Amino acid sequence: MLIQFNNITKIYEIGTVKVEALRGITLQIDKNEYVAIMGPSGSGKSTLMNILGCLDTATQGDYFLNKNNVSEMDDDQLAEIRNREIGFVFQTFNLLPRATALHNVELPLIYNGTPASQRKKLAKDALGKVGLADRMHHKPNELSGGQRQRVAIARALVNNPSIILADEPTGNLDSRTGDEIMEIFEDLHELGNTMIVVTHEEYIAEHSNRIIRLRDGLVERDEAKHGS
Amino acid sequence: MRIFIYMWEGVKIAFEALRAYKMRSILTTVGIVIGVTTVITIVALIQGLNHAFSREISAIGTDTLFIQKYPWIMTDDDWFKYRNRKNITLEEAEEVKASATLATAVAPQIGTRRTIKYEEKTVERVIIVGTTSDYAITSNAMPEYGRFLSENDVSSNRAVCVIGWEVAQKLFDQLDPIGKRVNIGGRKFRVIGILEKKGNFFGHNMDIFAVIPVGAFKSAFGMRRRSIEIEVKVKSPDLIEEAEYELTGIMRRLRKLGVTDENDFAINKQSMLMDFYNNFTKTLWAVAIGVGAISLLVGGIGIMNILLVSVTERTREIGVRKAIGARKSDILWQFLIEAMMICAIGVIIGILLAIGLSQVVAATTPLPAAVTWWVVILGLVFVVTIGLFFGIYPASKAARLNPIEALRYE
Ligand SMILES: Nc1ncnc2c1ncn2[C@@H]1O[C@H](COP(=O)(O)OP(=O)(O)O)[C@@H](O)[C@H]1O
Ligand SMILES: [Mg+2]
Repeated sequence: MLIQFNNITKIYEIGTVKVEALRGITLQIDKNEYVAIMGPSGSGKSTLMNILGCLDTATQGDYFLNKNNVSEMDDDQLAEIRNREIGFVFQTFNLLPRATALHNVELPLIYNGTPASQRKKLAKDALGKVGLADRMHHKPNELSGGQRQRVAIARALVNNPSIILADEPTGNLDSRTGDEIMEIFEDLHELGNTMIVVTHEEYIAEHSNRIIRLRDGLVERDEAKHGS
Repeated sequence: MRIFIYMWEGVKIAFEALRAYKMRSILTTVGIVIGVTTVITIVALIQGLNHAFSREISAIGTDTLFIQKYPWIMTDDDWFKYRNRKNITLEEAEEVKASATLATAVAPQIGTRRTIKYEEKTVERVIIVGTTSDYAITSNAMPEYGRFLSENDVSSNRAVCVIGWEVAQKLFDQLDPIGKRVNIGGRKFRVIGILEKKGNFFGHNMDIFAVIPVGAFKSAFGMRRRSIEIEVKVKSPDLIEEAEYELTGIMRRLRKLGVTDENDFAINKQSMLMDFYNNFTKTLWAVAIGVGAISLLVGGIGIMNILLVSVTERTREIGVRKAIGARKSDILWQFLIEAMMICAIGVIIGILLAIGLSQVVAATTPLPAAVTWWVVILGLVFVVTIGLFFGIYPASKAARLNPIEALRYE
């Protein structure tokens, strides 16, 4: 068991108004699953992803990652988990605009103290895996949207994380480029990675082997597909 | 090991950021530049002054007292007050010599400037001092060649002279001056000795100099109602206060002053100059510290301000860094290092300006003002303290940002 969510809730408080984004989510995800998370806008997908990615903490409930109770960790421990266990791919890429592709991919390695020579090698390897070996000295504004997202994927991969999380990774791309990105995800899954991807598009969810549907902060349906 | 990787990364990030906002960063450093330039230039000036002053003042022994009409340190008002004092006389000098038990030598002195001639050669504006044989001890006037005035020379008012090193050079060149007759201000004097080289004393060339018996001075040039001064060498520097007390008593007795009368003479000593000088440099220090502190404060606030802007502009970047594993302390150091680097730019410019300024001072004035290695340490201290002090608020603001909110920031 890689991920265990026990009755996770998340309540946002804006002044006196309380928004219940997650209202008690229980689920398990195993190693090397490929999970698609779907649901209407505002159903809590991003909130769920942020908690999964240790960017945010639950209001209530327990989250075990690799049998460690994440709900009880302090900020530094969470930072370390984000660095080692999680690879996050955002809809808006979130690359550092002034840094080259190579440096962007190196960044997670810098924060765990990997020596410079090894860092360069690992970052180049990761860029190679997403087919960008020849673009590593380009800055984000010299790359197309699809290429930027591939740099972001390389950055998510570079530390060999336990999970790769992607929140609407194709949301800002045209459908052809989106397909290319999904192909990379499929390859990564086949190489043994655990993938969790949020998407609106049914045809993108087709790539996965399990679909979790959210509605109003609850799991509406959780269906494993057969034959994959 | 790990910390060095962060540090280096911090330096690189800061460098990138500074390059991206060149103009803004440089403007931010103006306060620091002014502060550093002021402090370092003034410290260089004080060091130059110390150097020059201690060189000059070492000519006056700490074991020497000067009985004179006027104190060395006085205001214009003081001068009008003391103008009516009685002149110090040769007779008083003799009485002091006879009565002072703590003195090893008592030399009356009177001076003027005259031309000295020997055959066709002349030296103008030579300092001529009329004194006694004790002058050799009180003023440390050792003859390099020949001899100094003897008691007999003085008591018989002989027309003899001991000449300064440069006078001897100019008048005699290769010749042996001893026994030669020179013309000082129209009178003949026989050269009996040459003083060793002395150099300058507060702007006077002490090698363009001649010493003659005080009686001979009186008959050759007259006293013209001028006050002499009495130079007293005390047995040891520790006895200077007691000797001053004794001399005061002797002078008051000679002048028949009543118990309530003020002294109508001054007893001067080296420490008066020292005190005056130290007060003066204290003021300079205060200026350095005052101006420096204010400009550094202004500069520091500038750095804080620019960093706050920078933190806001780079909120998303901070979010990204946190999302991929940067801890609070990593972000904190990133901005602290940036603060220190902006500060370092200011400090380096300031040091360069100060070096230039003190070179100008050294070239155009007699002050040997010089910036030396200590500025590196001072600069480093500025960089670290100002950087840390003014960087800590924006840096901790950045470090505390919530990763999700930072990522969502537009
Ligand atoms: N930081 C926040 N503050 C307040 N409400 C929030 C915040 N983030 C999300 N929400 C609310 O929580 C609910 C779930 O949002 P989200 O997880 O972003 O949904 P999804 O990604 O499925 O569109 C929404 O009602 C949204 O308005
Ligand atoms: Mg969302």
